[in-house]
Amino acid sequence: MSLENQIDTRTALRAARITELKRFAARFMRNPLGVLGLIIVLLLLFTAAFAPFLATHDPYLPTLSARLSAPNAEFWFGADELGRDIYSRLIYGSRLTLLIVGLVIVTSAPIGLVIGAVSGTAGGWVDAVFMRITDVFLSIPKLLLALAFVAALGPGIVNAALAITLTAWPPYARLARAEALVIRNSDFVNAVRLAGASEARIVFLHIIPMCLSSVIVRMTFDMAGIILTAAGLGFIGLGAQPPLPEWGAMISTGRKFIFDQWWVATIPGAAIFVVSLGFNLLGDALRDLLDPHLRQRN
Amino acid sequence: MPATTNRPLRLFIDIGLWLLTVAITLLGLAALTFFIGRILPIDPVLSIVGEKALPEVYQRVYLELGLDKPLWQQFIDYVIKLLRGDFGTSFSTSRPVLTDLLNFFPATLELSTIGLLIGVALGVPMGVASAYWHEKWPDHLIRIIGLVGYSVPVFWLGLVGLFVFYYLLDWVAGPGQLDVFYVGVVDRVTGMILIDSALAGEWDIFWNAVSHMILPALLLGYYSLAYISRMTRSVMLDQLSREYVLTARLKGASEFRVVMGHALRNAAIPLVTVIALSYGGLLEGSVLIETIFSWPGIGNYIYSSLFAADMNAVLGGTLLVGIVFVLLNMLSDVLYRVLDPRSRELAK
Repeated sequence: MSLENQIDTRTALRAARITELKRFAARFMRNPLGVLGLIIVLLLLFTAAFAPFLATHDPYLPTLSARLSAPNAEFWFGADELGRDIYSRLIYGSRLTLLIVGLVIVTSAPIGLVIGAVSGTAGGWVDAVFMRITDVFLSIPKLLLALAFVAALGPGIVNAALAITLTAWPPYARLARAEALVIRNSDFVNAVRLAGASEARIVFLHIIPMCLSSVIVRMTFDMAGIILTAAGLGFIGLGAQPPLPEWGAMISTGRKFIFDQWWVATIPGAAIFVVSLGFNLLGDALRDLLDPHLRQRN
Repeated sequence: MPATTNRPLRLFIDIGLWLLTVAITLLGLAALTFFIGRILPIDPVLSIVGEKALPEVYQRVYLELGLDKPLWQQFIDYVIKLLRGDFGTSFSTSRPVLTDLLNFFPATLELSTIGLLIGVALGVPMGVASAYWHEKWPDHLIRIIGLVGYSVPVFWLGLVGLFVFYYLLDWVAGPGQLDVFYVGVVDRVTGMILIDSALAGEWDIFWNAVSHMILPALLLGYYSLAYISRMTRSVMLDQLSREYVLTARLKGASEFRVVMGHALRNAAIPLVTVIALSYGGLLEGSVLIETIFSWPGIGNYIYSSLFAADMNAVLGGTLLVGIVFVLLNMLSDVLYRVLDPRSRELAK
């Protein structure tokens, strides 16, 4: 009897989840800009995954006879100052972009979530101290902080990602804290607490999961910002180092030829723009769907 | 409510708390730059005395820099030096960093202020239009313009702008603040070239400066416009759905009056905050723009110091922009309270 009941609830739950997911997908498909964003992001993932098959040349192999050649049948987007194929470098560069974004997201979001959730749940002086620290980080210009930090650590992809993480976690802490303040005294948390759950268990199993939908929206927007900051650092010369085909660094070398060989600098920039636009569009659409406050208003 | 019975005291406490917050935030900023300075892999003593210095010389500089003291002591010394306006000496220009910064700051301030004016002049009306025609084509168009502004790498847009408007079309002047033969003609009064040349009555130079400035200023304006128009839109949407708007319409007020006179007036208060915040963002955005346009401001100073491995200058510049940024944030907070009587009452 009880076993049957349990199975029944489980299948019912699964069915409900599938319907919910389908409804979500249907609502998402009604937003053409959001779909465009999703396509761009999927294309980026695809490009990064299949880079060796999509590239037409070795991204590091110079062909000195083809230096700075204009886009043509062999070099689709032209060749750079060492005669390397810009199209192939773009393709491989997508991996670096994803690497930086991934590194920053997997470090900054959990750090912020834990700090915010602990801060909101604990309250008192813990909350006061953590939030003061968060405010200090929030009130400092991000790019400059990242710049000074990488300048001190030394340039490179990992250091650039570290520096961006340092500036990217505070919004997650704010978000998680706000959510935790609402949830910490709700009936279900009190019930779990009465059942003997530790505070750590409450934070990790009950409060953090409740923040996830807002965190996902925030992450999607953040990815656009991270891509731009990383490209900015690369452009200044503090991010990925040559000969890595990082898009920002490619613009930086192409800058010298901007008037006579415009394609060297403009094409990688266009790639950055399209990718960050994709994340922004996707973020916009996800926010409309997931943000409970907006859902109520409409 | 006891708060209302003792208003001056309340105000006094509020101001005190606010000052404390500003002080703590600035201290945090100093702690960050101190920390960044400490993780430097370069030995600060070696960078002063050089590789071949005698051990005695090394030891003396080591002691002079206070590196033998405990970390907290060093931090306190650092803060005291900052309070005295001592940001250290720049290795590359061998002038005090603060002198350098004050030299370059006016140019950055001028560029970002004009950028902000452009951003506000275009962004606010666009946001209002977007909210008024909610979900109609003007809204979609303006949102897309904003999204593009959010997504585009500003340094790339600068390069493309130079290529198109300077090289191909020749509508504007190229990088730099003035044409070479005008440089140094006008006496430096404020450090802002438009004001200085106007004061000197050198209108040729004034228009030359305008021609140099228009492109970077427009780009910065676009950068802030994206944020300002989006925030204006959301604030206006909120206001237009309020009942007082309905009342005004029922009383026969014209649409223009309802939107501009009623809704926008109420939206103005949060917008002040938004504008102050985007000013801070512009100061930061100008770092990248200045390097593209060789604009003689803080951004360019930081950029060239980076390559000279001049960390005092880099950290000093970061600190100065950070301080301005923090003060702008705090100022927007104060303005909000001063302008909105409700926030004063509801604060506690």
